Amino acid sequence: MNGLIGAVLFLILAPVAGGLIAGIDRKITARMQGRVGPPLLQPFYDVGKLFEKENVVVTTAQNFYVLAYLIFIALSGALFFAGGDLLLIVFAFTLAHVFLVLGAYAVHSPYSHIGAERELIQLMAYEPMVILAAVGLYMVTNSFYVADMVATTVPVILYLPGVFLGFVTILTIKLRKSPFDISTSHHAHQEIVKGITTEFSGSTLGQVEIAHWYENVFLLGFLYLFFSWNPVIGIIAVAITYAAEIFVDNVTARARWQAALKSGWLAAGVLGLVNLAILSYMMTGGV
Amino acid sequence: MAFLKRSPWILHYDASSCNGCDIEVLACLTPLYDVERFGIINTGNPKHADILMITGGINELNRAVVRNLYEQMPEPKVVVAIGACAATGGIFRECYNITGGIDKVIPVDVYVPGCAARPEQIIDGVVTALGILEEKRTKMRGNAQTKEEARHAAGEST
Ligand code: SF4
Repeated sequence: MNGLIGAVLFLILAPVAGGLIAGIDRKITARMQGRVGPPLLQPFYDVGKLFEKENVVVTTAQNFYVLAYLIFIALSGALFFAGGDLLLIVFAFTLAHVFLVLGAYAVHSPYSHIGAERELIQLMAYEPMVILAAVGLYMVTNSFYVADMVATTVPVILYLPGVFLGFVTILTIKLRKSPFDISTSHHAHQEIVKGITTEFSGSTLGQVEIAHWYENVFLLGFLYLFFSWNPVIGIIAVAITYAAEIFVDNVTARARWQAALKSGWLAAGVLGLVNLAILSYMMTGGV
Repeated sequence: MAFLKRSPWILHYDASSCNGCDIEVLACLTPLYDVERFGIINTGNPKHADILMITGGINELNRAVVRNLYEQMPEPKVVVAIGACAATGGIFRECYNITGGIDKVIPVDVYVPGCAARPEQIIDGVVTALGILEEKRTKMRGNAQTKEEARHAAGEST
């Protein structure tokens, strides 16, 4: 029952929270650049506008894929906030991105195809670390269920500092922030026209945007799992991490896709695996 | 609800300008003028744009490009011609390759005068364009409704 309430609350509130986070993000970004910045509710105006515009459709398949992307992102987030199995959630989350890539491949635009290719590269870059994070959380809490992870009294972050840092690295890729915003990026940063979203316009682009809000809230929730033994510290830590991401976004230039791939795998291979190896050594009675 | 006015996304195209006007357009994005305050974003993608800002006149090479960009933009859309060149061909008017202003190829809604146009004028031009954009949206809505009603009437009569 609790799970159901969590899922429903996520489906209703996440777009609101996600849009607000995006608005705060743009405001802080503007201040960091010495500008006034857009109103706080600007992301909602943008999406509202997109639904008012004519929807130029190259092929109807693209609308289907984007809708599937939105649904699967919302589904993985809902499962997460319902306290479901983290592995299942990670796979549903990956599947959602595969739909987005298919949507971009459905049209015959070279820009869209390059964006889709880069989205696949991103997927390869962050996926190992996401799975290692799930495994790490399991090793500490003895459960793959988010409900149990949240209920834990163990300060997970102390056991998984490396995994946490690795997860923060790939979070930059996931939030589509510099230096890893290679497949598509936010507002003013242009690259290869608009990468994966080049051929989406009007309400279809609006759906991509809403899916991104869902996704961000889900990812911040994932981040919270590292601190779930103390909600106050947890929320502060998540806020600080997000602020750090905005800072990194503003002080770095876009890297090449090779760098994104290397960083993702280095994070998984060094920070993640070493952390887990030490942890399992301790657990098997080494100390 | 009129969100369109609060979130106009701009596509900037340099037809055959001397780059003077382009620098002024980009100046609008700097901290001094910061057009993002009004939700204005410079996109590089015609399919995401609401306002087409063009500097410079039409020559034989960019004629097709301007037309193509305009056609790729989803409705409702407006065109702002920036600078003397975009309005009439300006100082290059007599050149053998220049056809004239942007309105030789696509309909222009707002002309921003100047050589080069000042950032304040450009922002003013965009604000004027927002009014026209809103008008076009209402009209588009009306048209869609008329069509829908006609379809309805036809459906009932058969
Ligand atoms: S109007 Fe003047 S400044 Fe602008 S493009 Fe023409 S010549 Fe250059």
